[in-house]
Amino acid sequence: MRCRACRRPPVIELRRHNAAFCQECFLKYATEQVKRAIDQFDMFTRDDRILVPVSGGKDSLALWDVLLDLEYDVDGLYLGLGIGEYSASSGAYARDFAARRGATLVEIDLPTDLGFDIPSGAVAARRAPCSACGLSKRHLFNQAALDGDYTIVATGHNLDDEAAVLFGNTIRWSTEYLGRQLPVLPATDGFVRKVKPLVRLSERETAAYCVLKGIDYIVDECPMAEGNKHLGYKDALNRIEEQSPGSKHTFYFGFLDRVSHLFTDAAEVEQADLRPCSTCGAPTPGDVCAFCKLVARVTAT
Amino acid sequence: MRVLLRNPRRELEVPGPLRVNALLTQLEVNRESVLVIRGDTLVTGDALLADDDDVELRPVISGGA
Repeated sequence: MRCRACRRPPVIELRRHNAAFCQECFLKYATEQVKRAIDQFDMFTRDDRILVPVSGGKDSLALWDVLLDLEYDVDGLYLGLGIGEYSASSGAYARDFAARRGATLVEIDLPTDLGFDIPSGAVAARRAPCSACGLSKRHLFNQAALDGDYTIVATGHNLDDEAAVLFGNTIRWSTEYLGRQLPVLPATDGFVRKVKPLVRLSERETAAYCVLKGIDYIVDECPMAEGNKHLGYKDALNRIEEQSPGSKHTFYFGFLDRVSHLFTDAAEVEQADLRPCSTCGAPTPGDVCAFCKLVARVTAT
Repeated sequence: MRVLLRNPRRELEVPGPLRVNALLTQLEVNRESVLVIRGDTLVTGDALLADDDDVELRPVISGGA
């Protein structure tokens, strides 16, 4: 086996591309895939101010690293979730990366700033922990971007994430979610533009990028995520991928190219029904947004 | 060789020499779901692991979305 680009001994094999790469050529490949996604979907320009939510995990740190290398105007945002030792450790990885790169890290701490943590918030709101976590992240990432005058929120969702979410939404035929499952969600009243520059890279590739770049990240899985549906979908897709390399890419990009436009009406109907939350002003289909309802339930207990 | 696995963290002793792909098959690990690290370097599926190697099978799947 040889590096596809330079014929030197490889360090990683990418079966979906029927290729292997040495360290230097793999890092070039990964960066090119991010640049290609940014260009392909017109994600942002050099005039934009970009906020990358970072968890201390491989995807968000890899994204922040690539965008810094490409000299975009980009800061990180760490949201402390209050999940015991896991949050303490993940925050340390994010801060260490920011210090080593001389980059700006904005921090929000749920327990300190909002008065609750994900484990207790999930119980009080009678939601699954991942549901309470996702809801809090979506709301607070957007709010932090608005407060900091950022024009873009760039998240570390990779090809595996998008394929797994697509798989789940397709099983349930959640047409309003399928209509929104795009690499770019444009800015609307109250919402900052959201982009996913890692959609052309698999999870294994973002992990390899960090290892080969010497980026330390939290390897342990979030203790609240164990056994969740999303992990089950990823496992199912990886079984298919092992038998048929390239399946995840074909599934997701085939959806974008051929099918996603069929679901935009359902998403637009939902978008048209939004009005400001009576508590925080964020767009919501009801009087009070889901995040403010969650906070109200937590503070009432 | 000493093999480190994660989530949960544990160590196994596996006799070498052995190809990476054979190790993954023996341990029933999907090769799409891990990176194989020998020392501090990634290795490909056809690499031959020696009996005295330290190998990490690092999971790449994360649950958040």
